[in-house]
Amino acid sequence: MDAAPSPAIGIPRNEGPTPLFGAYGIVKRFGSFTANDGVDLEIRAGEIHALLGENGAGKSTLMKMLYGLLEPTEGVITHKGDIVQLPNPEAARRLGIGMVFQHFSLCENLTVAENIALVMPKALSGKALAARIARLGADYGLHLDPSRPVWSLSAGERQRIEIVRCLLQDPSLLILDEPTSVLTPGEAEVLFTVLERLREEGRALLYISHRLDEVRRLCARATILRAGKVVGACNPREETARSLAAMMVGTAVREVTHRKRGTPGRERLRVDRLSLPAPGLHATSLRDVTLSVAGGEILGIAGIAGNGQAELFAALSGEIRAPSPEAVRIDGQPVGSLGINARRRLGAGFVPEERNGHAAAPLMSLSENVLLSRYATVPLTRFGCLKLGSARDLARRVIDAFDVRKAGPDPAAGTLSGGNLQKFVVGREILAEPGVLVINQPSWGVDAAAAAHIRQAVIDLAARGAAILVISQDLVELFEMAGKLSVLNDGTLSPAVPSAETSREAVGLLMGGASDHGSAGGSLPPVHEMAPVPLPAHAH
Amino acid sequence: MTLDILQMVLVTVLAAATPLILAGIGELLVERSGVLNLGVEGMMIFGAAVGFAVAMQTGSTLLGALGGAGAGLLLSALFGILTVGLAANQVASGLSLTILGLGLSGLVGASYVGMKRDPAPHLSIPGLTDLPGIGKLLFGQDAFVYLAVGLVAAVWWFLWRTRTGLILRAIGDDHVATHALGLQVRKVRFLSVLFGGACAGLGGAYLSLAYTPFWAPGMTAGRGWIALALVVFASWKPVRVAAGALLFGGATVLQLHAQAAGLGLPGQLLSAVPYLATILALVLLSLGQRHGGSLAPAALGRVFTPSR
Repeated sequence: MDAAPSPAIGIPRNEGPTPLFGAYGIVKRFGSFTANDGVDLEIRAGEIHALLGENGAGKSTLMKMLYGLLEPTEGVITHKGDIVQLPNPEAARRLGIGMVFQHFSLCENLTVAENIALVMPKALSGKALAARIARLGADYGLHLDPSRPVWSLSAGERQRIEIVRCLLQDPSLLILDEPTSVLTPGEAEVLFTVLERLREEGRALLYISHRLDEVRRLCARATILRAGKVVGACNPREETARSLAAMMVGTAVREVTHRKRGTPGRERLRVDRLSLPAPGLHATSLRDVTLSVAGGEILGIAGIAGNGQAELFAALSGEIRAPSPEAVRIDGQPVGSLGINARRRLGAGFVPEERNGHAAAPLMSLSENVLLSRYATVPLTRFGCLKLGSARDLARRVIDAFDVRKAGPDPAAGTLSGGNLQKFVVGREILAEPGVLVINQPSWGVDAAAAAHIRQAVIDLAARGAAILVISQDLVELFEMAGKLSVLNDGTLSPAVPSAETSREAVGLLMGGASDHGSAGGSLPPVHEMAPVPLPAHAH
Repeated sequence: MTLDILQMVLVTVLAAATPLILAGIGELLVERSGVLNLGVEGMMIFGAAVGFAVAMQTGSTLLGALGGAGAGLLLSALFGILTVGLAANQVASGLSLTILGLGLSGLVGASYVGMKRDPAPHLSIPGLTDLPGIGKLLFGQDAFVYLAVGLVAAVWWFLWRTRTGLILRAIGDDHVATHALGLQVRKVRFLSVLFGGACAGLGGAYLSLAYTPFWAPGMTAGRGWIALALVVFASWKPVRVAAGALLFGGATVLQLHAQAAGLGLPGQLLSAVPYLATILALVLLSLGQRHGGSLAPAALGRVFTPSR
C-alpha cells in the first residue's frame, strides 16, 4: 500500500501498442476477504471495454481503485506504460480518468452548475461555467439547464450531469458503472450515441453493465471477472448473451421456463380507479389507476422510476391507505383501508424495491428479518415472546430453497451481496405461498443467475394459482415474465395488453411519455397498429 | 430629540442581538456542513466564564475575547473528535457538551462571582459618533458588534461566493456523494465545527465582557438554544439569522421597558416574550416558502463513516 510497487511484479509485455491504462496483478483485501485477486486489465485508447461479472465479482472494487477511491493492496496501475499512484480521485482526474457512478454522486439540493463546479480543477465563475456546459451540451446533444436544482431532474438528466461533469475535464478514460440501469430505452439510445462518439474521438471507455445485449452492441473487448479473478476475455460480438452469462456465472444460466398457461383463474387482485395525492415532496400522484390480476396470471407494469411505482406499491401493500376500502380488493375483499399485516393475513405478499431499509433491515439478522414480515401470518410468537428457533428454521428454509449465499449461520442482512439479499427477501415472501404477490423491481442490480432464479420462482408461483403484479423498468424482464403489460407514466396506468401482442419499442415509447395517437393517458397498441418506431432522437 | 430616543432603543436592541448573531452564524456554518452541534449553550457559557476570567487576570478585553473564543473552540474540538472523528451520535454528544460546558463554566467562574469590570470600549470617532440620530448606532458600538455584523457578511460570501463554501454546502447535502468525488468530508466538517465553537465562545464572551460585564453562573440564560432555533427557522440563511437575532433583541428590550412601566403582567411571562416572539416570527417566515427540495442540509445530523 505505502511501499512503492516492487519491480518484481513485472508488467507483462503484451504484443501490440502500450495500453492507455493498465492494471496488473491487482489484489485488494478487506480484512480476510479478497475482493480482487490478481486482476489484469488493459484499456486501449479508442475502445469501449466491457467489464462483466456477477454481483460481488469485484467489478466495483476494481473501478474504485482505478478512480483513486481505494488503494490496491498489491499490484500496479500504469498510464501509457508508466507506473502511477492514485491516492485519491483528484489524482485520477489529473490523469484524465472520469467516472459516471451508478448511484449518482450528485447533491440533490445544489444546482446543476454547482454540482459540476464541485470537481472542476479551479473555481470558474458561474457564467463561464454555464457557457461551457451549454457549449458541450450543444456539441454532444447533452442539454442541461445549469440553474436547475438536481432534485427536480429525471434520472436521465442526472446522468447527463455526471457525463458532462466528466467531459468538461476532457478525460482520456471514462468509467461507466451500469449506466443504463435507470434509463428508458430511448434515453439509453442517446447515451450509446454519445459513447460511440467518445470512442471515435479516441477516448477509452470502461463499460460495466449487466445487460449483455448492450455490451454486445457497444464493446469489442470484454474482461470477465468471477469471484475477484479474471476468468476470461473475449469479443462480446462473437458471443451470445447466454454464453457471456455462462462465463460470468461459471455454469450455464437456466432459461426461464413457463409451464403451460391454463385459462386464468378468478380475479384475485383488483384496483378500482385508485387516485392518491402525492405523499411527499418528490413523489408522484396516482390518477385513476385501474387494474385486475387473475390467479395464475402475471401482470407486468413497466415504467421509469419516479412515475408512481413507489406510490402504487405503497397503496397495494397498505403502506399508504387508499381513499376508499373498495379501491383495492384482494380475493374480492375490500382492503383499501387495511394495514399491511391485515392484507398479509388475507394471503398477500409484498416485495418492495429497496432491499436495504425497505424489504430488509440491514443491521438485523436474517432470522429477525423473517420475523418482521412473517410474524403476522406464521405463529412466530408465544404470549408476545419471540420464538427465535422457529424464526431461524424459517430463515434456513428460505436460504436453502433460494440458494442464498452468506457468511456465518445467521448474518446481518446488510452483509449479504445485493443478489443474495434479493433472493432472500423474494424467497421469504414466496415460501409463504401468497395468493397475491406484488413485487417491485424483482431483479434490479442483480446478476444474471440470481435474476433467472428469482424470475423462475415467481413464474412457478403463478403457475400454482397466485396472482402476481410485477413492477419493473427492465423490459427484458417484463417480457420474459409477464403475460400482460401496462405502462405507468406520470401516475397514470395504461390498459393492460397481452405481452405477446406488443413490442419492446412500443412499451419503451409509452414509458417515455409518448401517448399514442394523442389519446390521453396512452395505451399499448398491438404491434401491427404501431407507427414505425422513430429512430432515437440524436438531436434534441 | 425623539430621534435620539429611537437611536438609544436601537443601540440596546443591537446589543441584545449580538450574542445570538455570533453564536447563530457559527452554528449555521456547522449545520450547513451537515453537523448538528446542540452544545451551543455549553460552549457559550464556557466562553463567557473563561473570557471574563482571562480579562480579569490580564486586564485586557481583547485577550478575554480571545480566551472566550478559544474556550468555545476547545469544547467544539472535543465534540468534533467524537462526532466527526469517531462517528458518535451528534445529538447525544451535543447535549452532553452543553452539560459539560455549564459545569466547567461554574468551575472556572467560581472565584469571579461578584466581580465587575468596565465594559468593552466603544468606538468613538470625533464628529461621526456625535452625529445626531445615527452617530451612536453606526459609529459608537463596541468591537463585538462590528465583528458580528462582519461575520454575517463574511459567512454569506463564503457560502455562496467561494468554491470552498460550495464544497461545504455539498458535503452538508450528501456526504456519500461528495466522498465519492474525493472531497474531504471529515476535514471540512471538523473545521466547521471548530469555527462554530469559536463563534459560540465569542458570543458568550460578549455577554461577560460587554453586555453585562460581570460573571454570574448561568448567565447565558438559554441564548445558545435560541441561537440553535434561529438557525433552523432562518432556513440556514445568514441574513435571516441576523434578522431573527435582531427581532429577539427588540423583544427583549421591549419587555424590559414593559416591566419597568409596570403593566401588571407577571415578569416571568414578559421575560418569555422575546423567545416566543422570535420563534413565532421565524415559523411564519419559513411557512409556505418550500417549493421543493429540502431547506435543511440533507445530511444534517447523519453520522458519516467513509467506506474502506
